[in-house]
Amino acid sequence: MQASLKAQRSESDTSWKVRLQEWWFRNRALIGYAFIFPWFAGFIIFDAAPFVYNLYLSFTDYQIGTVGTPPWIGFENYTEIFTEDKLFGKSMYNTLYYLGFSVPLRLIFAFLIALILNLRVRGMELYRTLFYVPSVVPLVAATVIFAGFLNTRYGFLNQFLVLIGATPVRWLSSPDAIKPSLILLSLWGFGGQMIIFLAGLQSIPEDLYEAAAIDGGTGWHRLIYITVPLMTPTIFFNLLLGLIGGFQVFEQVFILIGTHGGALQAGLVYMLHVYNKAFRDFEFGYAAALSVILFLIIFVLTLMVVYTSNRWVFYGDAQDDEA
Amino acid sequence: MIEDPRVKMFRHISIYAVLTVGAIVMMVPLFWTVSTSLKTRDKITIRRLELIPDPIAFENYPYLFEARPIFRYTRNTMVIVVASLFGAWVPCTLAGYAFARIPFPGRNIFFGILLATMMLPYVVRLIPLFLFFDEIGWTRTFGPLILPRVLGHNAFYIFLYRQFFRGIPEDIYDSARIDGCSEFGVWWRIFMPMSRPVLAAVSIFAFSFAWNDFLNPLIYLGSNKELWTLALGLNALQGFEGEDNSLNLIMVFSMLMIVPMLVVFYFGQKHLISGVTAQGSLKG
Repeated sequence: MQASLKAQRSESDTSWKVRLQEWWFRNRALIGYAFIFPWFAGFIIFDAAPFVYNLYLSFTDYQIGTVGTPPWIGFENYTEIFTEDKLFGKSMYNTLYYLGFSVPLRLIFAFLIALILNLRVRGMELYRTLFYVPSVVPLVAATVIFAGFLNTRYGFLNQFLVLIGATPVRWLSSPDAIKPSLILLSLWGFGGQMIIFLAGLQSIPEDLYEAAAIDGGTGWHRLIYITVPLMTPTIFFNLLLGLIGGFQVFEQVFILIGTHGGALQAGLVYMLHVYNKAFRDFEFGYAAALSVILFLIIFVLTLMVVYTSNRWVFYGDAQDDEA
Repeated sequence: MIEDPRVKMFRHISIYAVLTVGAIVMMVPLFWTVSTSLKTRDKITIRRLELIPDPIAFENYPYLFEARPIFRYTRNTMVIVVASLFGAWVPCTLAGYAFARIPFPGRNIFFGILLATMMLPYVVRLIPLFLFFDEIGWTRTFGPLILPRVLGHNAFYIFLYRQFFRGIPEDIYDSARIDGCSEFGVWWRIFMPMSRPVLAAVSIFAFSFAWNDFLNPLIYLGSNKELWTLALGLNALQGFEGEDNSLNLIMVFSMLMIVPMLVVFYFGQKHLISGVTAQGSLKG
């Protein structure tokens, strides 16, 4: 390398320029470190230090008035969460309820519509856009729109229900309807996953289907024996991502229902409980303990993604080839 | 195998029926948003369905700019957007380049750390970060929102760049180096111009995450109205001060937040499919 570098030198090169080039070459490692330094600084400030400190905080009784070192109380926060905190169970139940419906329903809608769009129907691009546009709507705007859309008296949905002779529902103020309203809002954004599924479906090699057709396979056979098995990794991966995201649902609920969680706190999801403890009650140690529990749940789910990744990595490669 | 034309016909009709009904259902909230944004104040409180407003109140749009400091909200949001884009373009590409092309001791360990941070949920960092920024007196300022973005603190973007840079043939890199180009020069003159697709996809992500961010502005800027972003302004119009009779203005505001996103996505569509797919197969 050094020899060829020297051979390339022309007479017109000033000596400082040559020296600078050689310096660059000798100090590649240093340059590598320099290039990743901003990220690494960010990692220390925004990931590593807060993570460790959060763990520490969860064993202390750090509150708004605490001066100096927060008092160490061991597992007291955790025992309180599991034995006394009624809202812990409630918020966990609400979150699981929300997840249990919104995540599978989103996947089912996304997959079915992607399947239909993949039939290469005419006007497919227009339909794809129409289904995808709601996912582009900023979450705050989407939530505010739904607050109006579901408004008991002036919202579209109830006025429509009245028009067709059905009973209007108090979507955002009746404890039975709050969670379904949140699920409805999340379903409106299934377009993102639909696009992912569509890309996956389009990368399934055509000859597999041709082979099946030659063997006399019907459309149903192709779906069950080719499409679904090849798509399972993508579906499974999106399922886990949906669960991880769903456990952290916050903004929609905060805007639609408010921090209290609505009537009978039917909309109090886990993140809202953490937020209230931290930024309303200023019980930072307790909120940290709550967040550690949520982290552990997400961590286990993430491990599941990582350990099953060998099943979907193949797919990523297939897609890269196409793009 | 020849399909009965009647069966084929039926199949086609049912496909279009499902797609059309589905698309209408998806579009209704947006249509209703546009429609409500054009209704006069006395029309929004009529308890009867009226899809096409009569009269059409275009004046709602200029009125919102009078009623709310929209320009200030936009400026504040743009501060965060610009910080995001800078981070996505400079430190993130440099780091992605280093991970892809510059051999340095411990590179794999650092890359492993990078991947691990993609799995760290925000909730376990939220409280310490707030306490930290409170301690150094940065709450109620843009600092906590700008600093991580300017440092390119986004493992996902770096990962995307690294993957893309690894796909650029080694020969190009070598010949540039032999011709005496510095690492910085290779990054700037060769890798950046070749990376338009991935730059476009990451830029769209960076823009939309900054544009949509709610939790961070809420925590750090919530008590400082001067620095409210569009998302906070919209939430306030709806939540704390909102009454049913300002539904039209709320929808005008929503439209103001939606349209720029649609424009960005429209122009970035081409690159986005690959970007979204990569995102979907790696991280949601």
